[in-house]
Amino acid sequence: MYNSRKIIIGLVIFVLVAAFPFFINVGKTAQPLQLSLNTPTINQLEKKECIESADYMRANHMRMLNEWRDQVVREGNTVYTSSSGQKYEMSLENNCFQCHSNKSNFCDSCHTYSQVDPYCWDCHNGTKGAGLKQ
Amino acid sequence: MNRRDFLKVIAAAGIGGIVVMEGLDDFRVEAAEMNKDSNALQAKHWGMVIDISKFQKPEDIQRVANACHQYHNVPDIKDPKHEVKWIWKEDFEHAFAEMESKYLSEKIKTMNFPVLCNHCEEPMCVRVCPTKATFKRPDGIVVMDYHRCIGCRYCMAGCPYGARSFNFIDPRPHIGMMNHDYPTRAIGVVEKCTMCVERLNKGLKPICVEVSRGGIIFGDLNDPNSEVRKVLRSNFAIRRKAELGTGPSVYYVIGGDEEGA
Repeated sequence: MYNSRKIIIGLVIFVLVAAFPFFINVGKTAQPLQLSLNTPTINQLEKKECIESADYMRANHMRMLNEWRDQVVREGNTVYTSSSGQKYEMSLENNCFQCHSNKSNFCDSCHTYSQVDPYCWDCHNGTKGAGLKQ
Repeated sequence: MNRRDFLKVIAAAGIGGIVVMEGLDDFRVEAAEMNKDSNALQAKHWGMVIDISKFQKPEDIQRVANACHQYHNVPDIKDPKHEVKWIWKEDFEHAFAEMESKYLSEKIKTMNFPVLCNHCEEPMCVRVCPTKATFKRPDGIVVMDYHRCIGCRYCMAGCPYGARSFNFIDPRPHIGMMNHDYPTRAIGVVEKCTMCVERLNKGLKPICVEVSRGGIIFGDLNDPNSEVRKVLRSNFAIRRKAELGTGPSVYYVIGGDEEGA
């Protein structure tokens, strides 16, 4: 191989640079994510429970909202019966945001952490109870 | 391995993959059901009759338009190139251009007509929409799924009533009093009157009907005993550009005196 010295040194430098974030963070624990449930409506609840279990909501709320969107907009179905038999309106404004009125401390904190940028907020402003925000 | 065996293996692997993916998909909670609200208003063909005698003054239309626009977070943009409107005021000449006459009575000429989406039976906007963002519900209402709108504005070109507005600029800064119970729209989508489907879904009549003081009658055009049909039986009513074959569901009763007959 021609120029093997230069190539190998170059490769080593490249790998070091590319893997830099891993070296620098080795042995450190990531800050656990803190989601705030401190809103007036949630504080008043006797049993602090979302419409489905917290685990399920954490993993699936985005798919659930996609399904809700199609059901409400295209089928006109507005009532969700949860696995516990409770009935809820399928609406961000009139259901989710009633409890989760702290978008920046609840929704945003996790979306920012996991670097997702859902476009829900372009229209569903999430300012319910939090006053007018642009 | 020959070609035949290779294809078999690939097909089997593909089917296996799909089965495994389906098995991993834990989305659906077994008990979850999604249904219509038991109070939801239902009809075969929703329609409106607008009694112009109740809209003598421009303020009467303004009141209805304001109520609608506030309720639905419609931005108030002064620049006519960017303005967004769901229901607005038009004079006879522009609302009913096809009935234009040189010797129109002064009274008709100066009358004000509230105009809005006609929720056509054969909506052109639905035909031209490339993403099916605009669609017609089984109850006759033409609505938009803003999530699907790509902002191509074919529907605006198709609509003969100018009932659609495009969000050329971010509408949010132009919303006066935000109604937090209703979403806004984003830049780059078209919007229009929805005949308040979100209210019908809950059992409420459209907001314009509620604030019109009897000027807008709402009901099922398919039901001969409905209020709209009763009004249409006893009054001469006109529709906008009905000759285009769009089948508009909004009727205008001019009423009042001799012009109404």
